[in-house]
Formats: sequence, C-alpha cells, structure tokens
Amino acid sequence: MSAMSKEVITAMKSRTLRRHFRESFKSLARNGWMTFASASAVTVTLILVGVFFVIMMNLNNVATSIEEDVEIRVHIDVAATEEDQQILREQIEQISEVGSIAFIPKEEELDNMINSLGEDGEAFKLFEQDNPLNDIFVVKTKNPTDTMTVAEELQELPYASKVKYGQGEVEKLFSFINVSRNVGLVLIIGLLFTAMFLISNTIKITIVSRRREIEIMKLVGATNAFIRWPFFLEGLWLGILGSILPIALIATSYSYAYDYIAPRLDGHFIQLLEFNPFVFQVSALLILMGALIGIWGSLMSVRKFLKV
Amino acid sequence: MIEMQDVYKRYPNGVTAANGIDVHIKQGEFVYVVGPSGAGKSTFIKMMYREEKPTSGKIFMNGVNLGELKNSKVPNLRRDIGVVFQDFKLLPTLTVYENVAFALEVIEEQPKNIKKRVMDTLDLVNLKHKVRMLPTELSGGEQQRVSIARSIVNAPKLVIADEPTGNLDPDTSWEIMNIFEEINTRGTTVVMATHNKDIVNTIKHRVIAIEGGKIVRDEQRGDYGYEV
Repeated sequence: MSAMSKEVITAMKSRTLRRHFRESFKSLARNGWMTFASASAVTVTLILVGVFFVIMMNLNNVATSIEEDVEIRVHIDVAATEEDQQILREQIEQISEVGSIAFIPKEEELDNMINSLGEDGEAFKLFEQDNPLNDIFVVKTKNPTDTMTVAEELQELPYASKVKYGQGEVEKLFSFINVSRNVGLVLIIGLLFTAMFLISNTIKITIVSRRREIEIMKLVGATNAFIRWPFFLEGLWLGILGSILPIALIATSYSYAYDYIAPRLDGHFIQLLEFNPFVFQVSALLILMGALIGIWGSLMSVRKFLKV
Repeated sequence: MIEMQDVYKRYPNGVTAANGIDVHIKQGEFVYVVGPSGAGKSTFIKMMYREEKPTSGKIFMNGVNLGELKNSKVPNLRRDIGVVFQDFKLLPTLTVYENVAFALEVIEEQPKNIKKRVMDTLDLVNLKHKVRMLPTELSGGEQQRVSIARSIVNAPKLVIADEPTGNLDPDTSWEIMNIFEEINTRGTTVVMATHNKDIVNTIKHRVIAIEGGKIVRDEQRGDYGYEV
C-alpha cells in the first residue's frame, strides 16, 4: 500500500517536472525577442569576463613562474669547514618557511659562470686553479612572498657571509603582481554584477507580461515552488544559451593566439597556459557562470510577484 | 465555517478598512456583502482567502486561524476556496478548456481526473460547446462563466465573488446568479460582494452591510438597503 502511494508520488513528480520543462521552453519561444535580449546580455558579459579571465590567468601564470624563480643565495664563508657547513644547512632547514635547499660547490658555480658568458667566459678558466668564489646554498621558500623575511633570518646565521635574492627588485615585483591580481578580481566581480542586473531586468519585463498567470496560480493554490520552477529553468536555459558564443569565440581565438605567441616565447621561462585543459576549464566556468547569473536573474525578478 | 473576532485591518497608508469586525458564516450559507465603495467590502473578502492579513483580531477558516497561518500553508487554504472577480482574470492565450484545466494542473492534479472534472464543470455553466474558443471570442457573461467554472472545478467548500456581475448587463447578471444559486444548492458556501440592488432584493439571502470598516447591518433575507 505504502509502496504504491510512493510510486504515485514519484510518477506525479516526473510529470510535473516535464510540465516545468515544457513551460520553460514555451515561454522562451513565446517571448522570442526577450529571450534574445537576455541571452545577448549574458553573451556580452561572458565575452568580457571570459577574455579578461583568460588574460588574467595567463598573467597569473607568468607571475607565478617569476615568483617561483626567486631564490635566496647564501654565500658560505670560505673559512667554514665541512662540519660548519653541515651545521649551517641544518639551521637553515629548521626555518619553517624554507621549502628546499640545494648545495652548489664553488667549482660548479665557476663552470656555470664560464658557460653563461660564452666565449668571454674562457678568460675565467684561469681561476679553476684558485677559485675565488664561495660555496653556495640555494634556498627556496615554500611561499615566495616569505623570501624577504627568510633572507633576513639567514643573514644572522654564522658562516653565512652574504645573502642575495635580488633585493629591491623582488619587493617591487611582488607588489606589482599583488596589485594586478586584485585589480583583475575586482573587475571580474564588477562585470558579473552588471550582468546579473541586466539579466534580472530583462527577465523582469517578460515576467510582467505573465503577472496574471502568476496571480491566478497563486489564487488557485499553486505552491511558490511550483510557480518558480519554470522561471528557474528559463533562467538556466538563457544562461547556457548565452554562454555558447563566448565559449566558441574564446576557444577559437585562444587557439590562434596560442599558435602565434607560443613559438615566440620558446626558450623563455615565461609560457602561455596550454590550450588543453585550460580552454575546457574556462568553458566549464563560463557555462557555470552563465547558468548562475541566468538563474539568479530570473529568480530575483519573480520574487516580488510571489509575495503572498 | 468562517469566524471573525474583533478584526482590524489598517493599511500602511493609514486607511482603516476593517474596524472591529465580528461575524460568523456557516457552511452552506449564501451571503451578500453590500455597502458603499471604499467601505471595506473588498478587504473583508480578501482576508478570507489570506490575500490580506488582519492587523489584529482572529479569523478562523474551518478552525484554522488565518492570522497565524504560515505562508507555506496558504496554497492549501486556497485549494478549498474558489474566487471570482469582476474582471474575470482569464488567460487570453488559453482556450476555455485550458483556462479551467489550468487551475487543476498547477495544483498537480492527476491528468486522468482533469479532463472529466473540467468537462463536468463546463457542463454546469453551459459552456460545453465552446471549450475550444479563446476568451476574446466570448461575450462578457460567457467569460464570467468560464471564470466561475475555474473557481469551482476543484470542488471548493467556499466560493468568494467580488462584484461578479459588475461588468455585465442585467440579463447576463441573472444568468450568472442562477449559476451561483446552483453552486450554493450543492452545499457550497457563497460570499458575494455586490452593488446589484435588484439581485439582492429579488433573490433573498443573508445581507451583511459594511460601512467604514464596520458591520452596520446583518439580516437574514435582508434588503439591499441603499439607493443606487
């Protein structure tokens, strides 16, 4: 008995859901121009947000790789014995912000120097007999922004004769990266809000023409959830519809841009994000945002008609 | 069935539309609500189906206090009440059949029951032959009959009508009254706000007169009592 009544309830629910789907599509078709206008509002916003986001993410990627390139070079006093070096290494490892530590013997340093200078480097080969350089610990922090504080701590350790990390430059770089990240975030959020209000207003116009329908539904005892469903779906479709063009546009232009720019960056440590998976992630994000602003916009506009 | 105890309604703009109303309406009664325009008839009626909440006092509908009724329970209340308006409130893009069926669809009635009940109800208001027409193709009286059909298709215990004949000519008004009589004969309570003196004085029922938000007269088989 109870199993049967349960079945009836589920049957009723799927029927109701089918009705909501049907109604939402009917309404999209009936309000053709409004559908177009709302979807266009989503489209324009998502193109802006999408392009901006792609640029932001790439800049962020570049920033991260620059940040990761920041390292602290601790020059070890020539007077230090191997034992002293070992103690220094342990002391460095004990600093909690330190992520990795590598030892470069002075012979390797000299080789590096000779190689990096090309033909001019030959001149330095003379020093191979009597190397004036120091052995070095290369320290990287777990979080690049801790570089400055860790460097100060390292300065205090015995046998650390010089501590270098590109003083001055690094601070400027970090503050530049920080500012541009925040500005980007604010702009994206601003764009999203603009879109939501645009959509909410457009859908409001379609709802006004359906005021009577909602009024009657309430009068004969339809629940608010029942009344809301078709609008919810309508917003969802509008959002998805509006995200098609931006996705196509961004995927195509990113593929072109990538093919054009990537070869020119070859050999630099700066790189664009790979087409796959980046563009698919952006697409998923755009659909999601489209759906959310569509739903939000339409539920916002139906809300005031639902007051009992 | 309906019990109001010391009901006050003051709107935010300062208008007092109910000024201490006490009334009791029994199941199966037919009640005319009369009085000058702006006297509080509409508010009196709207409070019955919780379109308006009283500022103070109690309204019981079959034992349920509407002032304390949660918003989420209002749909249940409305399913037991049919409401008819002066301006019909039909959906212009739907046919006669669809307009009536709409009331059952949106409360998720089983489809197999809908058709029979809609056709039976349209038979009762003599519109069975016009089910496929749009409201714009009908006369005012016919449109009001569709609206009545929609209000009673769910077999409510109470039908509330706010000036149902206000837009209709005298002959048509009598037709509409016959339908309300028929509904009432079947045991449904009818509460009707009206300005129609002839109807009130001819088809005798209980008359409640409201002036300034107060019940100034309540008579069984009363007269309209105002000069038109």
